[in-house]
Amino acid sequence: MSAFSTIVARDVRLAWAQGGGASFALAFFVLTVMLFPFGVGPEAAILSRIAPGILWVAALLAGLISLDRLFAADFEDGSLEGLALLPEPLSVIVTAKCVAHWLSTALPLLLIVPLLGTMMALEPSAYPMLMLSLLIGTPGLSAIGAVGAALTVGLRRAGVLIALIVLPLNIPILIFGVASVGAVRDGFDPMTALMLLGGSSLFAVVCGIWAASAALKINLE
Amino acid sequence: MYKYANPAEFQRLAARLLPWVGGATVILFALGLYYGLYASPVDYQQGHTVRIMYVHVPAAWMAMFSYVVVAGASAPSLIWTHPLADVAARAAAPIGAVFTALALITGMLWGEPLWGTWWEWDARMTSVLVLFFLYLGDIALWDAIDNPATASRAAAILALVGVINIPIIKFSVDWWNSLHQPASVLRLDGPSIHGDMLIPLFIMFAAAKLYFITVLLWRMRGELTKAKIRALESAARARAELSEETP
Amino acid sequence: MTGPLSEFFAMGGYAFYVWASYGAAAIALGVLAYISYRRDRVTAARLETLRQNAPHRRRAATPQGSDHGA
Repeated sequence: MSAFSTIVARDVRLAWAQGGGASFALAFFVLTVMLFPFGVGPEAAILSRIAPGILWVAALLAGLISLDRLFAADFEDGSLEGLALLPEPLSVIVTAKCVAHWLSTALPLLLIVPLLGTMMALEPSAYPMLMLSLLIGTPGLSAIGAVGAALTVGLRRAGVLIALIVLPLNIPILIFGVASVGAVRDGFDPMTALMLLGGSSLFAVVCGIWAASAALKINLE
Repeated sequence: MYKYANPAEFQRLAARLLPWVGGATVILFALGLYYGLYASPVDYQQGHTVRIMYVHVPAAWMAMFSYVVVAGASAPSLIWTHPLADVAARAAAPIGAVFTALALITGMLWGEPLWGTWWEWDARMTSVLVLFFLYLGDIALWDAIDNPATASRAAAILALVGVINIPIIKFSVDWWNSLHQPASVLRLDGPSIHGDMLIPLFIMFAAAKLYFITVLLWRMRGELTKAKIRALESAARARAELSEETP
Repeated sequence: MTGPLSEFFAMGGYAFYVWASYGAAAIALGVLAYISYRRDRVTAARLETLRQNAPHRRRAATPQGSDHGA
């Protein structure tokens, strides 16, 4: 097995182990969405109007939960330095960890989102686009999250700092993701929003993995 | 550029420049206040609130200019480890954050009489708000990391990531705004800028630029001195430890 | 009583907004400038003190193991 797949498999397993964060992320996602009917009232008309935005924001925030463990656990016990010494370039390691983060956090969110959509009275026509937009956008969110995690690795209370760093950078993906769902729901053509979403997510993946690798190298010195 | 890479050379340059840029700042601000508050026309629609423009617009420009300085200093700091570059980046960030906050506050004070609401999610104000958080993240990262060399390089990466993303964020916010604003909201520039209004605007802008340079020089000098103090104190500690060991 | 000075301060009824804006600018920029200036002064003074207290190895130390004039 290549180092890449080893790291992915191991990280996914660790994320779902105790203290790994992936289960917290999923629970946080469900709880956050569930709070909104209590906050804005159970009227289906209101809920369905804000559903795409709520579901996207909740998914974005839930993704943050497991980020500070992305590199920190390996950093603390020294295995991150070991990984950096492997013949594979650091960017491959970082990509592997991002893939693991996506598989362990974003994928379960994707699977449970239809259930939450019904709780938020989401229009039936919008479900496919909701899933598609999350599928396209979440890799970019994971990569941007990796930048935040890499910059703050080894710091106490890195979680808050990660949120501060990552959330402004997430805004374009959020805007285009919600817009594509809203377009389908309101009967407009979602292609522009979808293209912009794909473009910004792809850019985030490329730029994020490069920046996260550079940041890790700095923190490992 | 490398002539000024020597911190001692920089200290000399700063000492020579500061009286001039500081003096020019004061004079230009005084002129700007005179023209802005007194010797400029009142807008036929906005009345005297147009005077807020002479603070708000330069503040917003300086907010963006400062971030370019932070990012522009971060690149040489990372690529060539230029000794003054990371000092410049660290010194410029708080100045930019203050200008950004000022742009937001004056934007709200201008918006209330103009739009009847303290906050309007128009593209400009929203982008400035996001920029404010980019500054906060950068400053927080610098403060959080103990090792100064690591801190400046990590913050440099963040600043570069931020500056690359600013056009994307600006575009997405503009796009989002156009989706949700069918009616055109009165822009914070005013519908048309009267020629006589350009005078106080440019004076204030020049004053803000010189203010930036003045405060940047003070902050950079302070950072360099702090670094020297750190070095001297750790050398003194090392000497103390050595003299303890030798009986 | 009305007069040119009170008209100036009234700013056509928008006194609060205009003066709050210029006031916020004065306070924010003033505080930042003051803090930066003070930091410069205080660190420079501290550096001076440290330099005076540091042993001057070149001046105080005598040449060791030297055969000059021995």
